[in-house]
Amino acid sequence: MKRRSLAAQTRTEVLLTLRRGESVLLTLGIPVLLLLFLSLADVLPLPTGVDHPVDFLFPGILALAVLSAALVGPAIATGFEREYGVLKRLGVTPLGRPAIITAKTIAVLAVELVQVVVLTGLAFALGWRPDGALVGTALLGVAVATVAFAGAGLLLGGTLPGLTTLAAANGLYVVLLLVGGMVFPLDSLPSGVRAAARLLPSAALAEVLQHALRTGTHLGVQPWIVLVAWAIVLPPLAARCFRWR
Amino acid sequence: MKLPSSVVPAVAIEGLVVRYGDLTAVDGVSFEAAAGEVTALLGPNGAGKTSTVETAEGYRRPDAGTVRVLGLDPVADHAALVPRIGVMPQDGGVYPGIRVLEAMRLFAAYYDEPLDPTGLLARVGLTDRASATTRSLSGGERQRLSLALALVGRPEVAFLDEPTSGVDVGGRQIVRQVIRELRDDGVAVVLTTHELAEAEHLADRVVIVDRGRVVGSGPLAELLRGGGEEIRFGAPAGLEMGSLGERLGALVLETTPGEYVVACPPSPAAVAALTAWLAERELPLADLRAGRQTLEDVFLRLTDRSEA
Repeated sequence: MKRRSLAAQTRTEVLLTLRRGESVLLTLGIPVLLLLFLSLADVLPLPTGVDHPVDFLFPGILALAVLSAALVGPAIATGFEREYGVLKRLGVTPLGRPAIITAKTIAVLAVELVQVVVLTGLAFALGWRPDGALVGTALLGVAVATVAFAGAGLLLGGTLPGLTTLAAANGLYVVLLLVGGMVFPLDSLPSGVRAAARLLPSAALAEVLQHALRTGTHLGVQPWIVLVAWAIVLPPLAARCFRWR
Repeated sequence: MKLPSSVVPAVAIEGLVVRYGDLTAVDGVSFEAAAGEVTALLGPNGAGKTSTVETAEGYRRPDAGTVRVLGLDPVADHAALVPRIGVMPQDGGVYPGIRVLEAMRLFAAYYDEPLDPTGLLARVGLTDRASATTRSLSGGERQRLSLALALVGRPEVAFLDEPTSGVDVGGRQIVRQVIRELRDDGVAVVLTTHELAEAEHLADRVVIVDRGRVVGSGPLAELLRGGGEEIRFGAPAGLEMGSLGERLGALVLETTPGEYVVACPPSPAAVAALTAWLAERELPLADLRAGRQTLEDVFLRLTDRSEA
């Protein structure tokens, strides 16, 4: 992997991500809007013991943001790149697959960095205080979840046609938003749905972030097991099923 | 070790077979392409041209036969080969949201000694479109960008799949000029086309492919020379061929309605007799070819598609 081609490829990935209006809307617009609106409008059920909505919402919205940056965005981009023959063409240049994957990964991390900065600033403005926040735990959770989500995204984008990926990834986003413990507390879901939801990486990440960013939340071992399991299973599965065109 | 190009043909394909399930797309194709020459794979759509080229590019393993590009196996030696080839695929393959100059600079960054992106854009006539997104380009502009992207890494072998399809007349002149310059620089150019005129304009060697097989190949001049002992002409359909044959002392055939072949050497006397016969009947002569065939004649004869 040459540094110059990797740098150029990474720059392009980031540039194209920022240029896609729908991806900026999804990765930044919707999380900011949800955090702002739901913190100010008193419409949500809150878990017991939470005084300010933002204390519960910030970790959940951060989890949602990671979901959109690592899963939905790359899935849609990859689906269309396959459709347009972009990846096929890159296959006969000296760039190489490791550089393509590395560039995509760095682009995802760059988007996540912007999300963390913007959402943390907004949460702070809305009254969230970082006292006692476990920053290391939060970052580890985001990192493991990013691997799992990216695996899921590339599984979708690497196997389905562009438009189908678009629909599937957006559908998945809405479902995970509803049952991911991100905006609506898991406790408010029917028990069967709640049990199933807790096996998904979205709820697991939300629980880890709730624990890390909201003082006094207990964290069992299950969310970590769920996150790590998805992170181990999904990327190799995506690599196995991936079709370059 | 890199062997001199005069020893190793740029592209050597021997007995290539490519199958998709039950369908045999390429059925024993063999040909060579040399440096400093334009080799055209000519054939109708679905003849197996793209499958052949994609095997040489390393996209698929041959089901039988061998393929060598610059002496390398396109699949096993992929990493060593890709810096030395340039590929213009049939379907663009460029990010729709990227701008023209950005795409050129991106591809230039993949190679060790790329051409200057701005200069290359000027060569393909896209300077004034440098800041347009590829999504907003016309079909012909997109093809010219795609050609430039294939060439930015200074390839020794350029594979161009239908390089002029969808390109308007002005763009076509540019593409042809660029291809000639490549040849003059010593690049081995392998292009596919289903358009006879393109092959006739561009190719030094033509490989005619039909239904997965090579039905004719050789230098363009040689292909055109063979079978010259006839007169071909166009006239209204349904001439009395018996009467005309008697006058000329030779067999006359109507190959397709309004297209005729006279099986005799194209002597001035024979041509004079033909035109006189037509004049007596006040029949128009649409066109007349004597001796030298067009590539179309060769193609139609070899591919047995007189109706095409």
